[in-house]
Amino acid sequence: MTRPVTHETVTESGDQGGPGVQATAADDKRRVGDSVFRLLATGSGLTILVILALVAAFLVIQGSPALLAPAETLKTQGYGEFAAWVAPFAFGTVWAAILALAMAVPVAIGIALFISHYAPRAIAQPLGYVIDLLAAVPSVVFGLWGTSVLAVATQPLYLWLNTHLSWIPFFGGQASGTGRTILTAAVVLAVMVLPITTSMCREVFLQAPRLHEEAALALGATRWEMIRMAVLPFARPGIVAAVMLGLGRALGETMAVAMVMSGGRNITFQVLTSNNPNTIAATIAQNFPEAFGLKTNQLVAAGLILFLITLVVNMLARWIVARRAEYSGAN
Amino acid sequence: MSKRIDVTDLNVYYGKFRAVEDVTMTIEPKSVTAFIGPSGCGKSTLLRTLNRMHEVINGATVEGEVLLDGENLYGPGVDPVRVRRQIGMVFQRPNPFPTMSIKENVLAGITLNNARLPAARKDEIVENSLRGANLWEEVKNRLDLPGSGLSGGQQQRLCIARAIAMEPEVLLMDEPCSALDPISTLAIEDLIGQLKNTYTIVIVTHNMQQAARVSDTTAFFNIAGTGAPGKLIEMGDTDKIFSTPDLKVTEDYISGRFG
Amino acid sequence: MSAVTLRPLRSDTLTAGRLPRWSVPVAIVGSLLIGYLIADGLQESPNLALVAGLGFVLFLVTMEVATRLVEGRRQASDRRATHLVTAAFVLALVPLGSVLWEAISQGIGRLDATFFSYSMRNVVGAGGGAAHAITGTLWITGLAALISVPIGLMTAIYLAEYGSGNRTAKAITFFVDVMTGIPSIVAGLFAYSLMAMIFGPGSVFGFSGSIALSVLMIPVVVRSCEELLRLVPNELREAAYALGVPKWITIVRIVLPTAISGLVSGIILAIARVIGETAPLMIAAGFTASLNNNLLDNPMMTLPVFVYDSYAHPGSDVTPYLDRAWAGALTLILIVMLLNLIGRLVARRFAPKTGR
Repeated sequence: MTRPVTHETVTESGDQGGPGVQATAADDKRRVGDSVFRLLATGSGLTILVILALVAAFLVIQGSPALLAPAETLKTQGYGEFAAWVAPFAFGTVWAAILALAMAVPVAIGIALFISHYAPRAIAQPLGYVIDLLAAVPSVVFGLWGTSVLAVATQPLYLWLNTHLSWIPFFGGQASGTGRTILTAAVVLAVMVLPITTSMCREVFLQAPRLHEEAALALGATRWEMIRMAVLPFARPGIVAAVMLGLGRALGETMAVAMVMSGGRNITFQVLTSNNPNTIAATIAQNFPEAFGLKTNQLVAAGLILFLITLVVNMLARWIVARRAEYSGAN
Repeated sequence: MSKRIDVTDLNVYYGKFRAVEDVTMTIEPKSVTAFIGPSGCGKSTLLRTLNRMHEVINGATVEGEVLLDGENLYGPGVDPVRVRRQIGMVFQRPNPFPTMSIKENVLAGITLNNARLPAARKDEIVENSLRGANLWEEVKNRLDLPGSGLSGGQQQRLCIARAIAMEPEVLLMDEPCSALDPISTLAIEDLIGQLKNTYTIVIVTHNMQQAARVSDTTAFFNIAGTGAPGKLIEMGDTDKIFSTPDLKVTEDYISGRFG
Repeated sequence: MSAVTLRPLRSDTLTAGRLPRWSVPVAIVGSLLIGYLIADGLQESPNLALVAGLGFVLFLVTMEVATRLVEGRRQASDRRATHLVTAAFVLALVPLGSVLWEAISQGIGRLDATFFSYSMRNVVGAGGGAAHAITGTLWITGLAALISVPIGLMTAIYLAEYGSGNRTAKAITFFVDVMTGIPSIVAGLFAYSLMAMIFGPGSVFGFSGSIALSVLMIPVVVRSCEELLRLVPNELREAAYALGVPKWITIVRIVLPTAISGLVSGIILAIARVIGETAPLMIAAGFTASLNNNLLDNPMMTLPVFVYDSYAHPGSDVTPYLDRAWAGALTLILIVMLLNLIGRLVARRFAPKTGR
């Protein structure tokens, strides 16, 4: 038998106060602790909103001199009239990102399917880590690799494409002798957006309802038929969101493009020539260290344009994800 | 050390939904009161309002009075944290703190409330509480090992030790055995029988045999249908409720004709 | 109503009408061999990528034909999907392997004591090192972590413990997601603009770089910490509340310790994420050849910027500059991988003991 607990009031505990349930001075002190902590937490959250607002505000403030300056002033002290100056870069940004996505998305979906539905269970997670390793390689390293390895390796292929397939408009023009073209930059970008696109696709593939999958298999469907019947239709909005996220990443990526491509200001869809449209991010990176005065303002204004483009793309992606979460009931 | 609870015209709301309607009851000190009734009848909700734990859930509000020896828990100037220090609670699933040892778990209520005690006093509390929870003999040689290493039944008794280390007036138990095997359940029921000598105990249970075994008083709750609030149907001596209840619906439930 | 006619089974055993198991490896080897022969005909010395590409196409065609003849159309498309999906994975390994191989083979040569102990001050041509860049990276990233971790962690606490479901919390969650998508160069421009407003144009120094990295790091910290705090079972919070423990002590003494391994790992991964950032630091922290330990004055070199600078602004003899670039790249990869490894180990090793 155990003896009952001997009851003594824990008077040593300075915080205990009186016996009743009415708040005492000690309780008030503790409540202050509670509200201070709550305030800190809330304040941090609001700080984030403030930071984001500041990012937008400072870009506007620092960019506005270039946006407001007359074209004549920009021609002498800046890089030239703003819209005409930034348009090719905006084109290059979007064009490089689209090229990258065109290459990355099929591969990403393939990898995601491989990890979620094909690879043996035991090694699926390590394989996921391997793909995540790609995300661990800093962009400047990809840039270095792109310009000194990939460009050299792909140059013969470009020559071949240019010689034999130049009737396809993309492959026309005078092929670059260095391989440092927008296509090479896009390949590097594709490699860089692969991890984020893959991991998002993988997540939605894994969320596909198991019951539907098993039902399809039980009906005698092959694995591929099961994926087409039960997985892909379910995952479509998720894939779209993954593509948008990848696009956001590709649009904003700087170094890989800045290092791989010697970009100019011509708007062209040809991907094998040495006259490539530069991207906004790369333009900023290449010119900012030497820029001063109005030129700096003009580069910041270009950054603002980039910010807006990625903002729209990302918000669209998040909106798709959120909408999907609502009607699928998944969290 | 144990206090009496008087509940008067208590209504509990989740947002606009009324979960419990017009409950009036008296819970006697040094006795075990069991709440029984079908799922969703509001018995757990009511239990939580007895130490204001329902406030942890977003949008839960209370109307009415709960008196602890005459002092209203919902009166102005009452601090819910102080209420919970006097009215302990044991949950459905054993929940020892995984980052703490057995000893630290028992002392958690005291150390987390910043009380400073001499080491000897702490050891005394640990031993007394663990003895009070019938766990001392099983764990006295491994007080510094993590509490999560114990079996489910031992973990639940550790949680009881943790609650009684605070020397509460009342001990609320929300289906304390529903996650345990029969042998552990028996150990807990024995323990409840001993604890009622010192505490006011309120236990919610789905298991009618358990209510009959451990409680002195039984309160039966029911709902009219989904979406309707839970109500106190009948309350009285356990022997009477289980042999000759006043109402037909109570008898039907107890004899297993529904629920 | 016409009866559904099922394709008649070719034989009554379950293995009938299937290609033998050895067919796939044989087809792979055969295709590669033929691919090599074709490539040999086209080029002087056959290029590995060309052989692999030709081999893969040949393999797909062979298998398609073989499966169609033996197993039928549905099986053929199933096999084709399997092969394509597997190929996608293998394809992704090519750049990964190539980057690692190049970084190691080209970077290892300059990964010597000089590299870690000398700056580029007064160095033209060979010699010199990245000591200034490595210390700069540590300073700037360290300060960025010092700024981001409290803000990020407290925001995560707000989202997980206080605000769940209310409008402010939803707004914060949304904008944290938006912030995740800010291009890194824009973060650099922001930090530069902020400093330009305060200290005048051309104010480029380490602290500014830390601000830029913080903008990129905070959302990552918030996301991972919030997720982990939500994994802490609610029962533990309730147990603490029932003991009369105030909410903030419950969070600090119960919730955070329970999630600590995940939080630490998430923070390390967030650091790994920003330590390789180049563009924002180029703009906000600038370039220098000298060691600078003052975050508040003069440009501060960082490792990623060092790599870029060595590559982009070489001297008349390019080789020593490129060697340094690769050595820097290798160091950077090693740092990031090490951080990733530590992060994952921490997460696994110190995970809270659950159950028995």
